[in-house]
Amino acid sequence: MSHSQRSDIFLLDAERTTWHDETLWFVRQKRDKAVYALPEFQDLRELASQIKNHTLSKLDFYLTQFEEAAKRNGVQVHWAADAAEHNTIVLGLIKKHGATRVVKSKSMLTEECHLNPHLIKHGVEVIDTDLGERIIQMREEAPSHVVLPAIHLKKEDVGDTFHIHLGTAKGNNDPQQLTEAARQHLREKFLAGEVAISGVNFAIAETGSVVVCTNEGNADLGVNLAKVHIACMGMEKLIPRLSDLSVFTRVLTRSATGQPVTTYTSHFTKPAPGKEMHIVIVDNGRTKQLGRPDFRASLKCIRCGACMNTCPVYRRSGGHSYDFTIPGPIGAILSPNIDMRKHASLPFASTLCGSCTDVCPVKIDIHTQLYKWRQVLAEEGEIPASKKWSMRLLSSVLSRPGVYGLGGKVARQGLRFLPHGLTHAKGYNPWAIARELPEPPKQSFREWYNQQQKNS
Amino acid sequence: MTNVFDGFKSQKRMKVGLFIPCYVDQFYPQVGIATLQLLEKLGVKAHFPKQQTCCGQPMANSGCERDAIPVYHNFVDTFQDYDYVVGPAGSCVYHVRKHFNIIDQTPQVEHVRTNTRELFDFIINVLGISEIPGSFPHKVGLHLSCHGQRGLHQANESEMTPVRDGQLKRLLTSMKGLEFTELDRNDECCGFGGTFCVSEAGISARMGQDRVKDHVRNGTQVLTGGDMSCLMHLEGIIRRGKLPIKVMHAAEILNGAIL
Repeated sequence: MSHSQRSDIFLLDAERTTWHDETLWFVRQKRDKAVYALPEFQDLRELASQIKNHTLSKLDFYLTQFEEAAKRNGVQVHWAADAAEHNTIVLGLIKKHGATRVVKSKSMLTEECHLNPHLIKHGVEVIDTDLGERIIQMREEAPSHVVLPAIHLKKEDVGDTFHIHLGTAKGNNDPQQLTEAARQHLREKFLAGEVAISGVNFAIAETGSVVVCTNEGNADLGVNLAKVHIACMGMEKLIPRLSDLSVFTRVLTRSATGQPVTTYTSHFTKPAPGKEMHIVIVDNGRTKQLGRPDFRASLKCIRCGACMNTCPVYRRSGGHSYDFTIPGPIGAILSPNIDMRKHASLPFASTLCGSCTDVCPVKIDIHTQLYKWRQVLAEEGEIPASKKWSMRLLSSVLSRPGVYGLGGKVARQGLRFLPHGLTHAKGYNPWAIARELPEPPKQSFREWYNQQQKNS
Repeated sequence: MTNVFDGFKSQKRMKVGLFIPCYVDQFYPQVGIATLQLLEKLGVKAHFPKQQTCCGQPMANSGCERDAIPVYHNFVDTFQDYDYVVGPAGSCVYHVRKHFNIIDQTPQVEHVRTNTRELFDFIINVLGISEIPGSFPHKVGLHLSCHGQRGLHQANESEMTPVRDGQLKRLLTSMKGLEFTELDRNDECCGFGGTFCVSEAGISARMGQDRVKDHVRNGTQVLTGGDMSCLMHLEGIIRRGKLPIKVMHAAEILNGAIL
């Protein structure tokens, strides 16, 4: 299915679409307020962008520096070329400790690698401890947003889910009571957790530390209670120095939710006495993207989700319409790198309005990359043949002024005299499903102009 | 007719090519006429070279940029001898300026890219006119087209600042009796998006409907903007809904209202 086909399913529930759009627009407005209040925000974006550009340009150096520093701290560092290797490493560490109960804080990387199904298949219980993630885990759904993974669900949906899985009263949709039920349930899991897996927001090359940003404190609770901490990170998460971090903490949550900073910004540097800490550094297509000059900048992404909140398409099609771990505009430029054929429709799921580029806190030229992916996809034969040939035909008309003038006249006359039911037939004119065609005038501009020239 | 802009007579020596985008030529000749007449009232006699067709954007945005190359060359050949190329469509102008980078950058190509200007940008920044005396006593909803606003920087962006300001708003402010609609969302995309309007027809329509509702809710009588493509899409939705909103390109308002 293409993005537009999946969107059509989402759009069937018009009220829910309105609610989804307004909820995310509210988040965008919170972001705006936080941004307007900070006169230096545009300078911070520029600085964040430059730090990321610099780091990506010397990634091999910073990765080595990071590994050495982490090892000095007593952390064990593992390298994974792809998702399968990542999953094997993580499972191996869990098995080595004879553990079966794992708690996990939010990590888009482990979603990308499909870690949970792999662990479950091998007899490991893995519990997502971020509230939104836990809800969708119970429902066996994928996250629909990188920061707000359950944003596609209403409180009624959560009430139903908790009734089934946590035994809350049927019809209890009170957010506070539902949260309390989740809290009690998760507390048990936290206490039982033998291994804690976390994602990584930033990895600091000079210190070898990883930084995890959460609002719920679930990463801290999980990591500090378990014997073993496994931090999983994409290799693009690096920043050079600890002093660079403040630039990112200042733009990250302002862009994401409009908060000045996340509730918890936790630094994990070395294992506590008697405990183990591991870091798994994952490539999984990132080197390939780094090798594409036009798309390299997509690796600057800090996963704030601002491009999703602002995207007028995402807000009305929902995160699942992208069918990729990272949805929205940023997902549409990351996904073709992973599987061009499968995700061929995503770069076309945009009007190229450019709002994504303008909210991006690290200045990724998202809409320009969407345009460029379209060119790559067409070159690689990944656009529908009908589109390819109609564009060739259009080009041959538009590069011949005489043919264009005559063609326009014929088409206009056709529209004028054919019955409305035929010109607006929904079966073959998608424009007409919800819109009238323009009323064709008797004369084109050029015909009028010629007449004026003759008369004068 | 007396020309209130006689002070700008020197502009007449400037050689200006009128760029009328293909869909305006075919479906909205009145917008082309208004553009030509408005420029004339402002002291500029623009010329319409007949071999012009299109900027090539429909092919390029569909991923077929290479197929658009002969169209780009036709555009440059058509307009290379003019000092300025002026068109009433931010999106097409943006395409020429930004995306004609894939053909050889000869002096002619560079000249055309640099000097292709959106109509209101040309009026304000080349002609130096910031006020047009006239009267238009209606409640006007201004649709900011994304390519004009974010691409050509013709208006402030809500992503950057809460101040709602821009070239077209300033020009229209000088119209007596004109009141602007305060929209809930000042600069959300209308959902036209070129071939997006048919390849993602459902989302495109829904975006347009939401834009129109914002105008209805806040009392727009006349919906205007600088880009007829967005307006064509919004007009299609307004006419389907039989809503009491008139759609006009801003060139039509200024040309009709000028004193």
